[in-house]
Amino acid sequence: MTFLLEQALAQPQGAPLATEAPVEHWQALAAADEHAPAFLPPTRGTVYGTLLNHRDALAAMADQMNAAPYKAPPRAPILYIKPRNTVVGHRMPVRVPADASELEMGATLGVVIGRTASHVAASEALDCVAGYTVVNDISVPHASVYRPSMRFKCRDGFCPMGPAVVARALVPTPDALDIVVAIDGHTVQRSSTAGLVRPVAQLIADVTEFMTLFPGDVLTVGVAAHAPRARAGQTVTITIDGVGRLQNTLIAEGAA
Amino acid sequence: MKHAKVAYAGAIHDATEHPAGLRLADGRVLAEDAVVWLPPFAVGTVIALGLNYADHVKELSKELTVTSKDEPLAFLKSAGALIGHRGQTRRPADVKFMHYECELAVVIGRSAKNVKRAQALQHVAGYCVANDYAIRDYLENYYRPNLRVKNRDTCTVLGPWLVDAADVPDPQQLALRTLVNGQLTQQGHTSNMIADIPELIEYLSSFMTLGAGDVILTGTPDGVVNVNVGDEVVTEIDGIGRLVNTIVGDKLFDR
Repeated sequence: MTFLLEQALAQPQGAPLATEAPVEHWQALAAADEHAPAFLPPTRGTVYGTLLNHRDALAAMADQMNAAPYKAPPRAPILYIKPRNTVVGHRMPVRVPADASELEMGATLGVVIGRTASHVAASEALDCVAGYTVVNDISVPHASVYRPSMRFKCRDGFCPMGPAVVARALVPTPDALDIVVAIDGHTVQRSSTAGLVRPVAQLIADVTEFMTLFPGDVLTVGVAAHAPRARAGQTVTITIDGVGRLQNTLIAEGAA
Repeated sequence: MKHAKVAYAGAIHDATEHPAGLRLADGRVLAEDAVVWLPPFAVGTVIALGLNYADHVKELSKELTVTSKDEPLAFLKSAGALIGHRGQTRRPADVKFMHYECELAVVIGRSAKNVKRAQALQHVAGYCVANDYAIRDYLENYYRPNLRVKNRDTCTVLGPWLVDAADVPDPQQLALRTLVNGQLTQQGHTSNMIADIPELIEYLSSFMTLGAGDVILTGTPDGVVNVNVGDEVVTEIDGIGRLVNTIVGDKLFDR
């Protein structure tokens, strides 16, 4: 099946199906402050995260990479999976586990696959993309990326995504998008998809060399260095120009 | 009862074991080799365990740089890597060490969050055999075991059957083994798991909700050896099934 998009796909809570509509329509609905619905995740495929694909994130680890346990800089893309229990939509609350005082907000661009991609060349990789969405790849802060426990990245609700998947044709420069993170309205991080170790097309090519990406799957381009942290009670907003504005409030585990 | 999912005569069917092979839900009885076997249920999250048999830990100890046993070494795979019984697994031409791993797969049947070990098995729908291949040439020390080693297309074989939990009186009392071209290469027993099934469900459900269709691959004992193009690899668990797989080369994949 091919997942074709000309505008933007989203599903407010209460709507029976994900529906395509102009970006402006979803932006207006997603931005409304009161009585506005939360959104369901705009896609239900497998979510793959990419590690150390930002040059600054790679540079931040440079002096550790030749020592144990890493022993060498990475060669292939370093990936992980955000399982289905982590995926929530725009405005859905995210629970902060009782054993974590703060969580890392991993703002990143999600590349949503539209056509089965297996062993594709970089020159043809973007043809397999349906569109783009905003992803908050949340973690319990942890220092080592040698063999991180699933407890750090796989908690329920740790992968907010949305509000919509915006069609590829409407995002002509996926490798030059500014990403802004605000906590309670204050900007805390600015990053960009410019200068990635592997830009979107190259990343798709290198990943599909060994595993197929299917329509609806999401591949994130990775998180920049120094991800900001947030606590229960705070609201996190990630804005990617032309792709969307994803907002979620953190609440303490056990809260209603 | 033993359940399968197969492709036959233009459709995908649920099937159950039958003395002649298998019986489709619509009544047709077929031989084992008359159908294409798929993973036996709709697979959700795939969780795999590293180093969950004491003897396998010893086997790999030379290359381990972290040996903490404080919590199970669990990692994720995607359903896209799965194939069924009698399938083909690709071995890239340039690798030196690709090995099978015979594992008991535990299939969740009812959602589980914060489940204690005493209740854990109530959340299990059943069991399958898994063969979780790894290509060690691609191992890197970031997010071990990295997806290029462990989440390759065709490299996780699951089946042939989903065996109802009610038909498996004690999942920690099962002998498992691997045969390569008929030669016994791996032998173990599920009583030797470091973290047993109730402990794994308690651990995982302490931080994530497990859902129906999620599957836990519970690790492999020692005895993993390299396999080559043309090899027939049979992973087998008493009472659960005999899972057949063939190693094929790049040529079939136009590489």
